[in-house]
Amino acid sequence: MQAETISPAVSTDLVHPKKHSKLANLMRELKKNKHYYILMSPYMLIFFAFTVIPVVISITLSFFYFNMLEFPRFIGWQNYSRLLLNDDVFMIAMRNTFLFAVFSGPISYIACFLFAWIINELSPKVRAIMTLVFYAPSISGNVFFIWLIVFSGDRYGYLNGFLIKWGFILEPIQWLTNEKYILPIIMIVQLWLSLGTSFLAFIAGLQTIDKSIIEAGAIDGIRNRWQELWFITLPSMRPQLMFGAVMQITGSFAVADISIALAGFPSVNYAGHTIVTHLMDYGTIRFEMGYASAIATVLFVIMLGTNMLTQKLLRRVGE
Amino acid sequence: MAAKTLGALRAPRKLNRSFTVSFILFLFLAVFGAFMVLPLVYAINNAFKPLDELFIFPPRFFVRNPTTDNFYDLVALMGNSWVPLSRYIVNTLFITIVGTVGHIILASAAAYPLAKFRFPGSKVLFSIVVMSLMFTGHVTAIPNYMVMSWLGWINTHASIIIPSLAFPLGLFLMKQFMEQIPDALLEAAKIDGASEYRIYAQIVMPNVKPAWLTLMILQFPALWGSDGGNFIYSENLKTLHYALGQITAGGIARAGVGAAVALILMIVPITLFIISQSNVIQTMATSGMKE
Repeated sequence: MQAETISPAVSTDLVHPKKHSKLANLMRELKKNKHYYILMSPYMLIFFAFTVIPVVISITLSFFYFNMLEFPRFIGWQNYSRLLLNDDVFMIAMRNTFLFAVFSGPISYIACFLFAWIINELSPKVRAIMTLVFYAPSISGNVFFIWLIVFSGDRYGYLNGFLIKWGFILEPIQWLTNEKYILPIIMIVQLWLSLGTSFLAFIAGLQTIDKSIIEAGAIDGIRNRWQELWFITLPSMRPQLMFGAVMQITGSFAVADISIALAGFPSVNYAGHTIVTHLMDYGTIRFEMGYASAIATVLFVIMLGTNMLTQKLLRRVGE
Repeated sequence: MAAKTLGALRAPRKLNRSFTVSFILFLFLAVFGAFMVLPLVYAINNAFKPLDELFIFPPRFFVRNPTTDNFYDLVALMGNSWVPLSRYIVNTLFITIVGTVGHIILASAAAYPLAKFRFPGSKVLFSIVVMSLMFTGHVTAIPNYMVMSWLGWINTHASIIIPSLAFPLGLFLMKQFMEQIPDALLEAAKIDGASEYRIYAQIVMPNVKPAWLTLMILQFPALWGSDGGNFIYSENLKTLHYALGQITAGGIARAGVGAAVALILMIVPITLFIISQSNVIQTMATSGMKE
């Protein structure tokens, strides 16, 4: 009994001065570095207000029923159970999103690297032109409406016109309203647009590889470009490869605008529906904000989880 | 002959390169290059097609009798409408320029301390920024709307510009690039008595010009293509991209004008990239993620 009353007093006596000095230390540190905090503050203020805090709000809201008019009502895991057990359309959206992640994600990642790698073999002038050719679609904004003309359902559509002219089909195919074709078409256009930031990072990374390493490798017995790629190029580009992976994975989970522009919103039988379009449906049309937040939280967890996992895997490249 | 052309195309003095494989790879690149560039070439051609060529069957790829009628029609059409075309252009330019310049300044001001100094919170803040590269704005769309309406920014340009100032990719790339500024340079300035703000403005900023252009090339197209989203309702605040949507919604009679607007929308970011390409590549070389 006695020990119990004494020991806290003793421990606070011992800890207190240490704690105080720690706090004082921190204060001193903060004061010493105050210019840095001031420099960072405008960016960080906006970043927290529009990115960090919204994530927290979104996760919190996902446990509430909220329709923007009434006060939010706590309903626990109900949004999630409805989403995962009772929402057939969400299952379609999940399936489509994962198809994007499994197919167009890795394909676009490999394409980014492969094209950058071949372009790196060219002379500087040609290299600049080819870089532009491959990068241009991703910054030309909303030119993907061109693909609407290509896949247009009447015979004036490019693909239909071509196929009819050469006798492959007799009457036009409704490319963008036929469930069978919607998803592949969105994937093709998505791939066309996806050689963006990571592609540039790869181009840049390839140019900065130390020439002497390659020469040393040649002396050590590397005989062709494939061996050079595997034993020298890939390991020296690991940081860029990880950065590119983050960009491509995040992009492939967020397909929405292309689907809406090509297949409409909602698309025929939800054939082009993704998690993001599902989120838009509940967030901007039905105003079920709690439910939409649950969708957003699921998306957040999936994106973050996949990225972290990939980072772990990529760390092993060339080891 | 073929060997000579190939020799001219490929970079000089590379080890371990067989001719056949180079040839196959370049062919492969050319085929996919065509796939990438043809839609853009088509978009350019379309803008100069007279109406009868736009609706010809079978559809024709290249323009035969180029005309600038579509651009005149565009000006005439928008001159007659309730909101003149110049209004959309001014709005788009305003959003894009303020957003891009502001982003470069704020992101580099935040990147400088993170790149060069260790202080309480610096590591945590940077890892939060890196983490935010791993999800998109869709995740935060709903709370963003609520924050906007709480701030009273709905239906103002601020709702588009302000959040874009703190685009995380820009800070990330800027920070990675700033790390290669030699510490000695900063030390020297400090000994000469320059304040941190002066060092940032007069020493760090001029040394990271390639990174400015990179941030510009990433930020500019995003804002340039912005249609105002859910935030802007007033017609006189809307953007050029929104106007394009309105025009093409007018149906086939507006196909020529739509092609003209599309050309304007796509040509500006592409031109900027052509100008800044070598600087962008230089910055991207430092983009890697460390373990």
